[in-house]
Amino acid sequence: MKHIALGILGAAALGFTASAASAGTLDTVKQKGFIQCGVSTGLAGFSAPDDKGDWKGIDADFCRAVAAAVFGDATKVKFTPLSAKERFTALQSGEIDILSRNTTWTSNRDSALGLDFVGVTYYDGQGFMINAKKLPGVNSALQLSGAAVCVQSGTTTELNLADYFKKNKMEYNPVVFEKLEEVNAAYDAGRCDAYTTDQSGLYGIRLTLSSPADHVVLPEIISKEPLGPAVRQGDDQWAHIARWTYFALLNAEEAGVTQANVDEMKTSTDPNIQRLLGTEPDGKYGADLGLSNDFVVNIVKAVGNYGEMFERNVGSGSPLKIARGINALWTKGGLQYGPPIR
Amino acid sequence: MASQEILREEPSRGSFINDPRIRSLFFQTLVVILLFSSIWWIVHNVIENLQRLHIASGFGFLKSRAGFDISDTPIAYTSDSTYFRALVVGLLNTIIVAVAGIVLATVVGFTIGIGRLSQNWLIRKICTVYVEIFRNIPPLLVIFFWYSGVLAVLPAPRESIHLPFGSFLNQRGFYLPRVVWGDGSWLIGVALLLAIAMAWFVAHRARLRQKATGQQFPVFWTSVALIVGLPVLAFLLSGMPLTFDFPKQSTFNLTGGFWVKPEFLSLLLALSFYTAAFIAEIVRAGIRGVSRGQSEAAGALGLRSGPILRLVVIPQAMRIVIPPLTSQYLNLTKNSSLAIAIGYPDLTATAGTVLNQTGQAVEGVFIMMIAYLVLSLVTSFVMNIVNARMALVER
Repeated sequence: MKHIALGILGAAALGFTASAASAGTLDTVKQKGFIQCGVSTGLAGFSAPDDKGDWKGIDADFCRAVAAAVFGDATKVKFTPLSAKERFTALQSGEIDILSRNTTWTSNRDSALGLDFVGVTYYDGQGFMINAKKLPGVNSALQLSGAAVCVQSGTTTELNLADYFKKNKMEYNPVVFEKLEEVNAAYDAGRCDAYTTDQSGLYGIRLTLSSPADHVVLPEIISKEPLGPAVRQGDDQWAHIARWTYFALLNAEEAGVTQANVDEMKTSTDPNIQRLLGTEPDGKYGADLGLSNDFVVNIVKAVGNYGEMFERNVGSGSPLKIARGINALWTKGGLQYGPPIR
Repeated sequence: MASQEILREEPSRGSFINDPRIRSLFFQTLVVILLFSSIWWIVHNVIENLQRLHIASGFGFLKSRAGFDISDTPIAYTSDSTYFRALVVGLLNTIIVAVAGIVLATVVGFTIGIGRLSQNWLIRKICTVYVEIFRNIPPLLVIFFWYSGVLAVLPAPRESIHLPFGSFLNQRGFYLPRVVWGDGSWLIGVALLLAIAMAWFVAHRARLRQKATGQQFPVFWTSVALIVGLPVLAFLLSGMPLTFDFPKQSTFNLTGGFWVKPEFLSLLLALSFYTAAFIAEIVRAGIRGVSRGQSEAAGALGLRSGPILRLVVIPQAMRIVIPPLTSQYLNLTKNSSLAIAIGYPDLTATAGTVLNQTGQAVEGVFIMMIAYLVLSLVTSFVMNIVNARMALVER
């Protein structure tokens, strides 16, 4: 009897907590004093802990940028490592405030999962990696018929893989794991002939293999993978904050505002830069978002502009050495385009 | 004994508040009301929350195209099949590994359990060490042990180990020649069925004859001769309609033949070796539970040690063994969900993928729970029938 009563109380408590996440995310975040940020369990260049346990990467830095925008302090962020399978539930249930975990923006995720994508922080595409030493003569994904392919479950990668082999009338044997580390270990041990994921990920994973030089990334890109952060659907204010943090990063790069010169730039008389940095007299673009007027200054001081963030984490300043390519600003022939602040 | 001295009091009829029957009725009704209202409240809350968070709900997704592939498909499945079919594939994989695991665990467990009672010091000690090691390691670690063992020890596909009868062993698994049945091979199946029926009939007659006259008949060897001999005869008569499909080396893997993947192999070995340690202890307890007087009496009647074990000790031990054995079978089935760690596409893994691709976590988890519940109830049901047949029949 006593146990039944306790059971009912426990179940009731669970039900209550489920309905508590309805207050505005900005207020909740301000009240608890930090942003809970969902990241990957370790993908070099995007979100991976370094040897001191600090999270490094574009995705981790994006959360820092949001923290800088909200609190003026980029350290007010806590990271939750999530598997591909856990990520959406964690965001839906309010366990995290923002999901910044190399997640592909798709229509289904935007409409049926209760998510709202903020933008595309990295334009990616899916590719294949093979061990060239064990498979000499394979230099195209179209030669992979009959191969065993390692892939992480519950990803768009898994679906694109099935589509690609079906379209090209090839056979393959999927070897599917839930966690990234398990896929890496199985590929490294030789369980599969090929590894497939987003190309940026392949370069990052290659660095962690036992002999990186033996592995090559095949030239084919088989899908569009626009990766970006997402927030819960239905909280417009919070979505705007995340979205304009992203646009601020792009606009800062376009205007030439960097981590080093941001304080000098505050004295600029260019109205465009004045609006961006909140120095325009009577301007209240930050306040309208629910932030301080100088939120862009805080962001750039903390993580730099988009270009600096890119080069530091995946570009020339990192072991990955990925070229800007289509992730360059629109003014340089890329796809990154920040709507104006005015 | 003290309890016998307590007097039975008549229930007091003074006030209905103190009437134990009314009180128990009141509290039972209260509990039922509380239980159902809280269930209703939780369900209502979940539905409301899902709508508020703009998350799709309902089971309509089961009819949509799955879009992903599964490595082990006991029934026809492609990425064009539905989510429902993907779940069925996962469930079948769970059932396959659970049934194979139960059989293997029972064989190993009984062997080790009897071995622990052996007169031979070495056998006894080996069995004890086995039980103590496998019983005290978490099953997940045992699975990793086998899986990384398979991957680390075995060579790459191009350097496969050749085994007799055209089979191969490498990192990608165990490759056996596959039997291809030709025309007229149905005769062999018919012969096998016929042989089983005849063996059963012989056993039945032999039992009746032994009851009536006391004479024994070599049932075992007759049955073996029937079950092996008849199909072989049919095979020869129908012109040997049998060919083998041998595994061959191709660009990446071996192709053709019958392929057992390392994920299945390591899961099966881990689950059955882990559970076998518990079964061994149950068997040992069961045999120990039969009083020594039983075997001594059988010995006094002139039976030798083999028949004593087979006819006197084990039938009585089984009555003690079966109920805890059932829970070990249930444990094995439920532990098979650890397959997810090494990528065997069981129910948990496929339902997890479905859940993630559709984003419908509540429905996905609900389906998983119902499926495991049904599996466990079926196992219990079957074991209860076995138990009832084994139970002591008073004569």
